[in-house]
Amino acid sequence: MSDNAITDTLQPDGFVGIVEDWSADKQAFQVPWGKAMMWIFLLSDTFIFSCFLTSYMNVRMSTTVPWPNPSEVFALTILGNHIPLVLIAIMTFILISSSGTMAMAVNFGYRKNRKATALLMVATALFGASFVGMQAFEWTKLIVEEGVRPWGNPMGAAQFGSCFFMITGFHGLHVSAGVIYLSIITFKVNRGDYDRSNNYEAVEIAGLYWHFVDLVWVFIFAFFYLW
Amino acid sequence: MAYVALADRGQILSHPHSFITKYIWSQDHKVIAIQYGITAISVGVVALVLSAMMRLQLGFPDTFSLIAPDEYYQFVTMHGMIMVIYLLTALFLGGFGNYLIPLMIGARDMVFPYLNMLSYWVYLLSVIILMASFFVVGGPTGAGWTLYPPQAILFGTPGAEWGILLMLISLAVFIVAFTMGGLNYVTTVLQARTRGMTLMRMPLSVWGIFTATVLGLLAFPALLVSAIMMTLDRLLGTSFFMPAIVSMGEQTNYGGGSPVLFQHLFWFFGHPEVYIVALPAFGIVSDLLSTHARKNIFGYRMMVWAIILIGGLSFIVWAHHMYVSGMNPYFGFFFATTTLIIAVPTAIKVYNWVLTLWRGNIHLRVPMLFAIGFIFTFVHGGLTGIFLGNVVVDLPLSDTYFVVAHFHMVMGVSPILVVFGAIYHWYPKITGRMFNETMGKFHFWLTFLGTYSIYLPMHYLGFLGVPRRYYAYEGIEFIPESALQLNSGITIAALFVAVVQILFFVNMIWSLFYGKKAEGNPWGATTLEWQTPQTPPIHGNWGDELPEVHRWAYDYSVPGEAIDFIPQNVPANDNPEAHRT
Repeated sequence: MSDNAITDTLQPDGFVGIVEDWSADKQAFQVPWGKAMMWIFLLSDTFIFSCFLTSYMNVRMSTTVPWPNPSEVFALTILGNHIPLVLIAIMTFILISSSGTMAMAVNFGYRKNRKATALLMVATALFGASFVGMQAFEWTKLIVEEGVRPWGNPMGAAQFGSCFFMITGFHGLHVSAGVIYLSIITFKVNRGDYDRSNNYEAVEIAGLYWHFVDLVWVFIFAFFYLW
Repeated sequence: MAYVALADRGQILSHPHSFITKYIWSQDHKVIAIQYGITAISVGVVALVLSAMMRLQLGFPDTFSLIAPDEYYQFVTMHGMIMVIYLLTALFLGGFGNYLIPLMIGARDMVFPYLNMLSYWVYLLSVIILMASFFVVGGPTGAGWTLYPPQAILFGTPGAEWGILLMLISLAVFIVAFTMGGLNYVTTVLQARTRGMTLMRMPLSVWGIFTATVLGLLAFPALLVSAIMMTLDRLLGTSFFMPAIVSMGEQTNYGGGSPVLFQHLFWFFGHPEVYIVALPAFGIVSDLLSTHARKNIFGYRMMVWAIILIGGLSFIVWAHHMYVSGMNPYFGFFFATTTLIIAVPTAIKVYNWVLTLWRGNIHLRVPMLFAIGFIFTFVHGGLTGIFLGNVVVDLPLSDTYFVVAHFHMVMGVSPILVVFGAIYHWYPKITGRMFNETMGKFHFWLTFLGTYSIYLPMHYLGFLGVPRRYYAYEGIEFIPESALQLNSGITIAALFVAVVQILFFVNMIWSLFYGKKAEGNPWGATTLEWQTPQTPPIHGNWGDELPEVHRWAYDYSVPGEAIDFIPQNVPANDNPEAHRT
C-alpha cells in the first residue's frame, strides 16, 4: 500500500494523466495485461448482452399478441400466500451478495491472506452455484407447470418464452462458466500459487468477470422481470 | 503494487524443440500467422472457383449447364461469405495482424500465445464446418450471404435442411476464434510495446489492424446474437425473425417476429465488417507507399485520426443497407447523412496517399504497383459508394449490378490488391527469399487490368437495371441483347483473372525454394520488423535485448543524412529534420 502512495504522487491526475498514459510508450494502462484483456473482453460481452436485450425489446413491440404479465408468471405460492417475483428477488439478492463476497476476496488477496481469500471465493462460487440451481428450478416450474415453451405458451406472445429461455439461458451459462473459473482460481489460491509469485492479480481479474455477470443480471432483471 | 511493464521485464523464453510444437501446435505468432494465411487463402481459392462457375453460367447460359438454379444461389452465398469473413477478415487480422503486430511494436510475441494458438485451431474448425455444408443433404445454404429471414430458413430455399444450420454454427465458431485472437491483438498493441514505442510512433499498419480489431470485437457480437436467434428459429421453432407466413401453401407455426430486426442486427455487424477489411488495408498501403516512394507518409497524425474516425462512424451508418427494407423514411435521411460524412476522413486518406507519392523517389517494385493500383480501385469504388449512400439514387440502383460492381471494387478488389502487395512486400522477411520480380509484375498488370474489365462494365449493367442474383436473363424484355453479350465479355475477363492467379502461386512456391536469398532489409524500410537480428525472425523475434525506439516510423529521405532511411531503433542525432513524431 505504501508503494501506491509514492507512485500516486508521481502520476498526474485527471485528464492530463489520461493523456500522458496514452501518449507514453510501453503501455496505455498502468495495469497488468491480463486485467486489460479482461476489461476488453467484458466490453465485447457487453455488446452481446445489449444485442440480446435490444432484440428482446424489439420483438416485444413487434409481436401481435399481448405480452404475459411477468409478475403473474413468476409468482410462487408459499404457505398459501401468492407472492409475485419472490424467487427472482431471492436469486437477485444471492447474486448481489456473491459480488460482495467476491469484493472481499479481492481485498484479502491484496493483503496476501491466503485462507480468507480462498474461503470467500468458495462462498462466492457456492452463491453462484445456488443461483444456477434456482434458475434450474425456475425453468422446470415454467416448463412443467406453466407449459411455457420456447415456441409458445398459454399466457400470450410466443416471444415471451423464446426471449426468456434464450437470455436467461445465455446468462446462466455465463454464471456456470464463472463458477468453474472461480473454482480453478480458488484451487490455485489454496495451493499457494499466488503466494509464491507474490501476486494475487488473478483473483482480481476473476472478480472483474464475476461483477460483470452480476451487473448484466441487474439489467436482465429490470428489463425482463420488472417491465 | 508497483507494476512493471512488459517491455521492462526480463523474459526467459523457452524455445520449442520438437517439430510438432514448432510448426503445428505452435504458439509463435509468426507460425500462427502463416497457418492463418494459408488456411484463409486456400478457402479463398474455393470461393474463386465458385465465382468462376457462376460467371460461366451468366456469360454462356446456353453453352454450359454446369450448375442448376439452386446451385447458383448456393454458390452466390458461399462465395460472398467465404470471401468477406473466412478469407479477408481472417487474412488481415489473423494473418497480417499476427505476423506484424509483435514485430512492428517490438514485442517478443502476443501477450497470451496459448490463446493465440487456440484462436487458429478454432478458426480452422469453423472453416471445416463451413466446408462440410457442401457434403450434407441439400447442400450449403442458398440464402444469399446476408442470410435474410424469413426465406433463409424456410424450406424451398436451397440448403434449408442442413446448410443454413452449418453456416450459422460456423459463424458462431468463427466469432469465438476471432474473439480469442482479437483480445490478443488489442491487448498486445496497448500493453506490450517496447521502450520508446508510443502510440503515435506506431506504423500505420498497426493502427489499421488495431482499430479494425476493436471494430470486430464490438461488431461481431451482433452477428453472434443474430446467428443464435436464427438457429433457435430454425431448430426450436421460435419466432424472433419470423412473421406469420404461408410456406408452400401451408400456414407455418411462426408468428409475430420481426424480419427487419435481423437486418438491423446483421448490418450493425455488416457495415463495420466493411471497415474491418478496409482499415488494415488502409494501414498497410500507407506503409507500402511510404517505403517504396522513399518519402514520409503525408500527414501521419491526420491518417491516424482518420482511421479512428472512420472506425467510430462505421457503427452509425448500418441502415444505409436497408433503404428498400421499409424503414421509416426519416431514418434514411439520418443514415444517408452519416454515410456521406464518412467520405470526409476517407477522402483525407486518399489525398494523403497521393501527396505521399508527390515528388517522391518512386520505385515501381511489385508491392508499390499493387499499392498504387489500390488507390485507383479504391477511389473508384468509394465514389460509387457516394451514389449508393444517397437514398434517392440508391432506390433505383439497389439490387442491380451497380451494387455488385460497387462492393466488389471497394471491398473485393481493393483489399485483395493490398493483400497481394503486402505478401510481396513482406515475403523476403517471412521466407528469407526474394520473389521473382518479372512474374510479380505480370501478375499485377494482368490482375489490375483484368479486374477493371470485369467490374467497369457491371456499372453499366446496373444502370440498365439488370438485377443481381438472377440465374439467367433470357426473355426479360427490358434487358437488351447487348447486355447479355456484355455478360459474356465479363465472364471471359473473370476467367482470365482467375487463371492469372496461378502466376502468384507459382511465384510464391518457386521462390520459396529457388528464390535469391533475401537480406534483412531489402526495401530499406524503417519499421522494426526489418531490423530483426535474423531473417526470417526466430522464436522470440529479438536477441537478448528488445529494440529501443527513438523516432517515428517514417524517417525516409531525411535531408542531411547519408542514406535515405533511418530505422526506428537508431538513436537520435542532431539532425533537426529527423525523428519528428
